Amino acid sequence: MKKVVSIALALIMLVCLFAGCSSEKDASGSEALKIGFIGPLTGGAAVYGNAAKRGAEIAVKEINAKGGLQIEFNAQDDENDAEKSVNAYNNLMDWGMQILVGTVTTTPCVAVSAEAYADRVFTLTPSASSAEVPSGKDNVYQICFTDPNQGKASAKYIADNMADAKIAVIYDNGSVYSSGIYQTFESEAKTLGLNIVSVSTCTEDTSDFSVQVSDAKNAGADLVFLPIYYTPASLILNYANSIGYTPTFFGVDGMDGILTLEGFNTALAEGVMLLTPFAADAADEATQSFVSSYQTAYGEVPNQFAADAYDCIYAVYQAFTATGLGTDASTEDICDAMCKQFNTMSFSGLTGQNMTWSAGQVDKAPAAVVIKDGVYVSAG
Amino acid sequence: MAFLSNFINGLSLGSIYAIIALGYTMVYGIAKMLNFAHGDVIMVGAYVSFVSITSLGIPPLLALVIAMAVCTILGIVIERLAYRPLRASASLAVLITAIGVSYLLQNAALLIWTSNTKVYPSIVSFPPLRLFGGDLTITGEMLVSVLTCIVIMIGLTLFTGKTKTGKAMRAVSENRDAAELMGISANRTIAVTFAIGSALAAVAGVLYCSTYPVLNPTVGSIPGIKAFTAAVLGGIGSIPGTLIGGLILGIIEIFGRAYISQELGNAIVFAVLIIILLVKPNGLLGKKINEKV
Repeated sequence: MKKVVSIALALIMLVCLFAGCSSEKDASGSEALKIGFIGPLTGGAAVYGNAAKRGAEIAVKEINAKGGLQIEFNAQDDENDAEKSVNAYNNLMDWGMQILVGTVTTTPCVAVSAEAYADRVFTLTPSASSAEVPSGKDNVYQICFTDPNQGKASAKYIADNMADAKIAVIYDNGSVYSSGIYQTFESEAKTLGLNIVSVSTCTEDTSDFSVQVSDAKNAGADLVFLPIYYTPASLILNYANSIGYTPTFFGVDGMDGILTLEGFNTALAEGVMLLTPFAADAADEATQSFVSSYQTAYGEVPNQFAADAYDCIYAVYQAFTATGLGTDASTEDICDAMCKQFNTMSFSGLTGQNMTWSAGQVDKAPAAVVIKDGVYVSAG
Repeated sequence: MAFLSNFINGLSLGSIYAIIALGYTMVYGIAKMLNFAHGDVIMVGAYVSFVSITSLGIPPLLALVIAMAVCTILGIVIERLAYRPLRASASLAVLITAIGVSYLLQNAALLIWTSNTKVYPSIVSFPPLRLFGGDLTITGEMLVSVLTCIVIMIGLTLFTGKTKTGKAMRAVSENRDAAELMGISANRTIAVTFAIGSALAAVAGVLYCSTYPVLNPTVGSIPGIKAFTAAVLGGIGSIPGTLIGGLILGIIEIFGRAYISQELGNAIVFAVLIIILLVKPNGLLGKKINEKV
């Protein structure tokens, strides 16, 4: 009796296996280009992930409405965790992903891009900015600045506009993102002769910033450079306010999202400057139309992550159309053709004009915004 | 001045540790178990008060009372459902159950409130004290933390020394079997202990999140572990020991980070714990108990 049951079970399993095969074949025969997306849709970095997902969705909707090439878009959550991100990647591979737009945050992206490199999946990240992401992987590209570029650009911006500032830096030395920006900032600041008076560190689980902020205050810093994410930044702003310390805070793209943090008193962020390639108040037509369709769909002003992801979809669209491949081409062929396109093409989008790529890193000019009355305004 | 300001920061952090550590120490002293879910009761207290203040618009002090009530009930329910059935089992079983309850609470919070970080509105509304021409600032949260800690310590010492329930608690802690023979209900006494410990956890949660205004489902775990360390440092089971342990821990943590190394802050805290336990295995004020064979 037992034998009969086990043979029956084995047969059922076998049938299931074949069933799996046939359904996959059906999927790859469909007309649309399958673009996968991975980002933190919940968790401490959810503001980035959701903004990027929404920006990408708007681009997909616009492209599909044009007719011609159709895109099927599948977004997966990774909670800003490398392990969950790789799981999400595997889910997308099972789904039949042909191109990956992601991941949104750096640490998961380092893990996922290694997988994508091994599997030959063309990868374009909207915002994972570490130089480690594209390094040594010919099929991994970035649309955002690399960290070196952000640290360097911040130092240059400060040297051009606030050369006499006494600078304090608080960075997270447990994160590749934060320490990467700090290192390039520090070396560029030295070259430019900037005056750094205090450097202190934190870790991901730091909740008490009294030591760091007091150190900056006692050193007489009037500009605090914060190459960290917005959650710890909100704690720093709060503590500085409670002890009556009011320097200019200068952030990078990780600061983007602080205004949408639930329960955050936006008055604390008044005058905070951040480096971002995208300002929602820019007057050009492309930005205006993107901002208005984003606002209609989601009821808020898009941040740079939304713009980055929107550009990603359009850059992929431009490159894929130029390859002349059909949507039934193999992932590997798509990957090779896309890499060729990205190495030679020039792309203009919301986050920069005439972007070009070399070794996966984008080349474009950075700009700064300042927070005034709870919105971003170009700092000029 | 930087020294003084660090000292005050340490004092305030240490006071919160001490309030949390009371929950560990009382439960250990009376039920002889480590309630590792205590840190998550802090988190629940913080969330309940957060929702009361932001969504229901309840005034902060009333929100604190609601959080204390919810945590008291939660503490009693946890004790009744998870720990009481295991009272006669090996202590390892209870320990594992406590870790299970901790994860249960964290994941329940993840389901209810999602993992999106929230900014906690401070319950303290009076402005910071600025001394020495603005060089030294003492925030309202710090003052309230230290004062609350002192009030709670005095209150608990009086409670365990003077009231009937307090005396029953001491009796059960001394010898549970003998206490039961004297007509004290050990189960009831332990339930009361959990209720008090959990209400204090709610107070600590509100104070901690007012001082460091970030709220997420794992907010209680790090202060929970530190407070447990404080309880061991001061001598687990001793109320004044908890106060001393908490304050020492808070001050060492802030000083370690300010003067030695930012990254080694936690390592310094635990290194001190190891050294003290090597010299005084029962903690600073712990009682030495001779095991009778």
